[in-house]
Amino acid sequence: MKKLMLGNEAIARGLYEAGVKLVSSYPGTPSTEITEFAAKYDEIYCEWAPNEKVATETAFGASLRGARSACAMKHVGLNVAADPLFTLSYTGVTGGMVIFVADDPAMHSSQNEQDSRHYAIAAKVPMLEPSDSAEAKAFVKEAFELSEKFDTPVLFRMCTRIAHSQSIVELGERKEIELPAYEKNPQKYIMAPANAVKRHPFVEERTKKLAEFAETSPLNRVEKGTDNKIGIICAGTCYQYVKEVFGDSVCVLKLGIVNPLPEKLIKDFAAGVEKLYVIEELDGVIETFVKNIGVDCVGKEMFSPLGEYDQTTIRKAFGLELPESVKLDAPVPVRPPVMCAGCPHRGMFYVLAKNKITVLGDIGCYTLGSAAPLFALDSTLCMGASVSGLHGFNKVGGAESENKTVCVIGDSTFMHSGMTGLVNIAYNASNSTVIILDNSITGMTGHQQNPTTGYNIKNEPATAVNIEEFVHSVGIKRVRVVDPYDLKQCEEAVKEELAVNEPSVIISRRPCMLLKYVKPKPALKVNGEKCVGCKMCMKLGCPAISVKDKKAVIDATQCVGCAVCTQLCAKGAIEV
Amino acid sequence: METKNVMIVGVGGQGSLLASKLLGVLLTDEGYDVKVSEVHGMSQRGGSVVTYVRFGEKVNSPVISEGEADFIVSFEKLEAARYVSCLKKGGKIVVNIQQIDPMPVITGAAEYPENVLEELKSKGVFIDETDALSLAEQAGSAKAVNIVLMGRLAKYFDLDKEKWLSAIEKTVKPQFIEINKKAFELGFSS
Repeated sequence: MKKLMLGNEAIARGLYEAGVKLVSSYPGTPSTEITEFAAKYDEIYCEWAPNEKVATETAFGASLRGARSACAMKHVGLNVAADPLFTLSYTGVTGGMVIFVADDPAMHSSQNEQDSRHYAIAAKVPMLEPSDSAEAKAFVKEAFELSEKFDTPVLFRMCTRIAHSQSIVELGERKEIELPAYEKNPQKYIMAPANAVKRHPFVEERTKKLAEFAETSPLNRVEKGTDNKIGIICAGTCYQYVKEVFGDSVCVLKLGIVNPLPEKLIKDFAAGVEKLYVIEELDGVIETFVKNIGVDCVGKEMFSPLGEYDQTTIRKAFGLELPESVKLDAPVPVRPPVMCAGCPHRGMFYVLAKNKITVLGDIGCYTLGSAAPLFALDSTLCMGASVSGLHGFNKVGGAESENKTVCVIGDSTFMHSGMTGLVNIAYNASNSTVIILDNSITGMTGHQQNPTTGYNIKNEPATAVNIEEFVHSVGIKRVRVVDPYDLKQCEEAVKEELAVNEPSVIISRRPCMLLKYVKPKPALKVNGEKCVGCKMCMKLGCPAISVKDKKAVIDATQCVGCAVCTQLCAKGAIEV
Repeated sequence: METKNVMIVGVGGQGSLLASKLLGVLLTDEGYDVKVSEVHGMSQRGGSVVTYVRFGEKVNSPVISEGEADFIVSFEKLEAARYVSCLKKGGKIVVNIQQIDPMPVITGAAEYPENVLEELKSKGVFIDETDALSLAEQAGSAKAVNIVLMGRLAKYFDLDKEKWLSAIEKTVKPQFIEINKKAFELGFSS
């Protein structure tokens, strides 16, 4: 049976067909749907873990016990999971283990543009990279075979355009694999120095064997062109752009194994073409290898390390004719993403901005609080950095910063890696005020459950972390909960907690209004006779409010009746 | 057959993903090779969103770039202008005449260009305007704007209407099939 599938859905299908028993992940665009789709198969145990390190170690445990296992994360998630990855390379696996990592060139939904291929080189593990959904599914099965044959975890690289593109996949059947009896193997699995020192040579030897495998594996293939003037080495989505532009006219070395790279295959390919190009998004990883083995090629001098490519990128680089296109005279105003109408983060951000509070921010929908007109954030670094960063900021800033600086972090991000920062605030006693924006869901990635929500990945009831009790238990006495739709309550809480001379936590709690169980209230209306056009309501940056003919107007298709704006209107012009 | 390119553009939250899913199902059933490229995550929060649908005998790139789109289906006026450089010479734009102000316009940092569609027409672009929001409301839900526009697009496709309706049945939740079929009909016949 053929089916149009998202790259991530095809991976989930591959996991199913490969007999995988466990998938543990933390959501992150563009990787999230791998685990969401995998969770639809009852044969696979799936879960959202609190973070990528926990997810990877959980998959390790399943592999140790003999099952095929996987975890999925975005590129920056692999930074969090790097610790287990590097030593997993030494232990190897029992059941096959694959780590899916999705890069985000052009940063559609990310804070950086790092190239995860460097991790495969650094951790000395093989990495596969598919170029459409059919390959994604097929490569998953290959990845598990490789993992078990070479006793290694396998990295599986995706990028936004493969993860979030649908193409046609031929479905197969699941091959169930029986769980073997557990056998203790301390020399392989206890990575104390005496054992690890013996595993390192194994890793080096394995890399050589994998490189030999890559020379002849069908995952790497040469496609002959109509002549041999141009040869192009590429992988993943770049292969598709190359084929789009050149069809079958040029010679292509299409790599499915992007680490380790096949030296002889590349040399032979290069010898058969007049001019060799390497086309790869982000860093010149393949290019560096090609040049290191003494083969001349053109790479990053012609192609940028920034952003995504497409067929136009390649046409321009090769000086080919571009299709005719219409150009407008004036630029079109940008349309950046915004916090939704009724977003519970908005009220708290308004209060922070109004009081000119310095705000260390974190990763999530609330990063959008940095935009006009709120401009509420001072920093966004990585998951959890708001809490730990606030501690450092206050330690050197003293009373002056302690009284006017807070951090904001969402419920899911707090579970991911904000908790340890809070322990540090309590333990090393900084007078810091932490605001947890608890919207009862992992929002930006599209509504995944997390340990605070009371539901698991299948929306079955689960144990919920009680944030208030957690905060108390680390030794912080002052915890209060506010409703971010109540500006007065928020302002009082922020002012009082900043004033006290001890660490405190404010939980700004209201569920994301996009959640199905949150029922919107009727849209509000502006009474044109009362409205004086003062634009106070505009300070919220609500996409439902605009000004037409010097009067505020509320877009009834967007307004959900949160009534935060009514609290700013001195004339009482905003009515139900 | 040469690969055909359809872009669906709009504002995050307007339902462009369902529209592309519908096209994907329809064209796969017709036996074409199909690629649909979407963007999830941050841009879905009220930002400008674009989905690419490509079909033909063999489709390579999942994206549509400058001068390549046979059709642009725009859920909002300004978005039609934003992506017009992707339109092929002789390509067509099907546009919902709704205006949704982006945040820089709301805050006064930028102006919503007046007569944006007129400007496009003056450049020789084929524009098919429709009040998809009113038609969607008439069908029973403001959320059916996406399917109204698919109905409009169907006028330019050489495919039986029944095939589109059958793809709708396969794509939307059972309780919304009737509303969406009605929305499609209104878009198709308006």
